[in-house]
Amino acid sequence: MSDSVLYSIFLLASLGIIAAVVLYVVSKKFYVYEDPLIGEVEAILPAANCAGCGSPGCRAFAEKLVKTDDISDLFCPVGGNPVMKMVAEVLGKTVAEKDPTLAVLRCQGGCDVRPKTTEYQGPRNCAISAMIYSGETDCQYGCLGDGDCVAVCKFDAMYMDETTGLPVIISDKCTSCGACVEACPRDIIEMRPKHKRDLKIFVGCLNQDKAGIAKKACDVACIGCSKCDDVCPKDAITMENNLAYIDPILCTLCRKCVEVCPTHSIIETNFPPKKEKKVEAIVEPEKIKTDA
Amino acid sequence: MLKTFPKGGVHPPENKLTSAKSIKRMAVPKVVYVPISQHIGIPAEIIVNVKDAVEIGQVIAKSGGFVSSNIHSPVAGTVTKLDLIIDTSGYKKQCIVIRTDVKNEANFQEIEYPLVKDIILEPKAILQKINDYGIVGLGGATFPAHVKLNVKEGTVLDHLIINGVECEPYLTADHRLMLEKAEEIMVGVEILMHALNINKAIIGIENNKKDAIDIFKKLTQNNQKIKVAALQVKYPQGGEKQLVRALLNREVPKNGLPLDVGVIVHNVGTIFAIYQAIQHNVPLTERVVTVTGKKLENPANYWVKIGTPITDLVNEVGGLPEGTRKIVNGGPMMGKAIKNTDVPVTKGTSGILVIADDEASRGEPKNCIRCSECVFVCPMGLEPHLLMNLSEKGLYERASAEDIMTCIECGSCSYVCPSHRPLLDYIRFGKQIVKKLNTAKN
Repeated sequence: MSDSVLYSIFLLASLGIIAAVVLYVVSKKFYVYEDPLIGEVEAILPAANCAGCGSPGCRAFAEKLVKTDDISDLFCPVGGNPVMKMVAEVLGKTVAEKDPTLAVLRCQGGCDVRPKTTEYQGPRNCAISAMIYSGETDCQYGCLGDGDCVAVCKFDAMYMDETTGLPVIISDKCTSCGACVEACPRDIIEMRPKHKRDLKIFVGCLNQDKAGIAKKACDVACIGCSKCDDVCPKDAITMENNLAYIDPILCTLCRKCVEVCPTHSIIETNFPPKKEKKVEAIVEPEKIKTDA
Repeated sequence: MLKTFPKGGVHPPENKLTSAKSIKRMAVPKVVYVPISQHIGIPAEIIVNVKDAVEIGQVIAKSGGFVSSNIHSPVAGTVTKLDLIIDTSGYKKQCIVIRTDVKNEANFQEIEYPLVKDIILEPKAILQKINDYGIVGLGGATFPAHVKLNVKEGTVLDHLIINGVECEPYLTADHRLMLEKAEEIMVGVEILMHALNINKAIIGIENNKKDAIDIFKKLTQNNQKIKVAALQVKYPQGGEKQLVRALLNREVPKNGLPLDVGVIVHNVGTIFAIYQAIQHNVPLTERVVTVTGKKLENPANYWVKIGTPITDLVNEVGGLPEGTRKIVNGGPMMGKAIKNTDVPVTKGTSGILVIADDEASRGEPKNCIRCSECVFVCPMGLEPHLLMNLSEKGLYERASAEDIMTCIECGSCSYVCPSHRPLLDYIRFGKQIVKKLNTAKN
C-alpha cells in the first residue's frame, strides 16, 4: 500500500522536474528581448485601441514610439498633449504640441429642410447607397443618413438624431480619432481645431452646385454668394466651386460671416452670452434667424 | 436538347411585351444632353465650345485614352452649355448640351441606307474606323469595341460569337433589331470576320425568339462560315462567359476574357453599329431603346438619339402611369433605378422599364436560412451568401480569396433569395473595395 503511494509521489515529482527543466531550457533558448519602455509607454496610452494615430492599436503605437527616433510627427489624438508629454518624458524625446481637434458635421440638411425626392430601399449603409446613387435627396454632397459614422465610433460620441435624420457629435466624448471621417463616403465630417471653450465657426454645407440648384435641393445650402468672403476681416474665407470654406487657423471667431449668410449655412457653436447656447452641430434654421 | 450553360441560372417571367412591335423613330428632341462618359474607361475630352455650331456626326468629344471612345453629335445645332447633368449613375456628370437647329433639315431627314454587301476596307482600316466612329458594346456594358478587337499578334482566334441572346426580361431591342436588320447584321458579321481573320461565326439566339432564329437560319442556309444556334431560355445566358460555355463548351478562365479561349463576343447591336460605320460612315449617335412596363399605355421600341431625355421617351408611350414606383435604366435584372426622368439616353441604355408599386418592392431582409438557393443559381459557381457576409464584415482579403471579383453581378442570387437579403448590393460593394485594394497593391 505504502509502496504505491511513494511510487505516485516519485512519479509526479520527477515529471514536474522534467517539465521544469524543459520549460527553463526553452525559455532561455527562445528568449526575445523586449524593450521594457514599450510596456511603460503602453501603460500611459489611453488603451482605446481606436487606431486614430494610424497604428493598429495602442501596443503597436507604443512600439512605434519607442523605435522611432523623431516622434514629433506621431500623435495620439485621444490622449492629446498631456499623454504625449508624459510619453516624451519617459522616452526622453521631444514632441510637438498640437491643437486639439474635434469632429464637426458639415451638413445640416435635415429632413425638414432637405426634401426627399426618391426612396432608397437597399441596405441601410452609407457606403453602399453612395455607390449606387446620389442619395434620397437632390443634394449629391450631403449626408446620406444611414449612420456609417455612428457605427464606427468607438467612444459613443455620435448618435443619429431621429427627427433630422443626421448624426450628432457629442463634443465632450469625441476624441478626434478620425474613424468617422474615414467612414463617411461623402467626406462631410471634418476635424477642426477645438479653440478655447470649443468655440467654432464653420460652413455647414458641402454643396458645390450653383445657387439655384443648391437652394432648391436644400434650404440651408451654401449658395456661393461670397457675402461671407466680403465681410471677413481676416481673409479666412475662400470661395471654390460655389462653396465657402472657413480656414480655422485664420478665423478669429468674430462671427460677422454668420450674420450675413442668407441661407444660414454658417454654423457657430458654443458661443455664450446673447446667443442661445448650441452644443450640437445641427441648428434649426429658424433658431438662427431669431438669433441673427 | 437545346444548348445552354450548365451552372446555375434562373428563369424569370419573360414579359417581352414589345416583341411584336416594330422599331419606330423617336422625334428629334429640342435639346440633347450628351454625357462625355458613356463608356467604360476614361471619359472623353470635350473639343467644342459654347455657341459652336455642330453638324450631325461631328466629333464633339475626343477619346481620352486607349480605353475610351469618341463621342459624336447626335443632332445638328448649337452647343448651349457644358454643364453637370445627372446621368444614369445618379451623380452629376459633365455633359454637352446641344440645342437642335429646327431649321436644319438634316435633323429631320430619315435616310434609308441601302444594303451594301461589298467589304472594301483592309482589316486595319476597319479597326481604325470602329475606333473613330465611337463604337462601344451596346449590350449594356459599353466597353469600347476597338479595345475588344485589339487582338495581340499570335493570339489564336477561331470563333466570333454574335450575342443575340437578350436574356433580360422585358427588353426586346436586340430582338427587333435582328428581325428588321438581319441582312445588315450578316454583313456586319462578315466585316468583323474579315477584320479579325476568323473563319467561323456563331449567332446565339435564345429560343423565345423563334422568328429571329428562322430569319437567320434562312440567311445562313448556304453559308459555311456563319451558323445560328438556338439556345435554351435561361438568364444570364447573355453574359459572355455563359454564352461561350453554352455555344462552344469552353470555360473562360476566371479573371480571363473569352479571348483566352480563342473567342470574341459581340452584341448584335454593336454589329449593326459597326456595319453602319464601315459601310455608310455613320457614327454611333442613336440606338434602339425598349420603353416598356406593364402599366404603360403603349410600350414600344424606338430608335433614339443619344442624349434624348428619358422624359421624352416616357411621354411618347403615354406618360408615367399612376402608381409608378421605379424607373429602371436597362432590364429588371441588371438595370439600375434612375433618380428622375431628366436623365439622358446614353450608348448603354438598352431599355427603360417603368415598374408599378406591386412589383417594385424589395421586401424586408431577414436572416439567412442557409437554404443555399443562391449557390445553386450562381452562374459563376460562387457562394453569394458567404461573399455578402464577408463584405458586410469587412473581410475583404477573404472575399478576394473566395473569388468575389469573378462575380458578373447578374443578380440571380438576390432574385431567388427567400429571405430578401441584399446579396448583390453587398457583393458589389465588396468588389469595389477589393478592386481598390488590388490597385493599391500593384
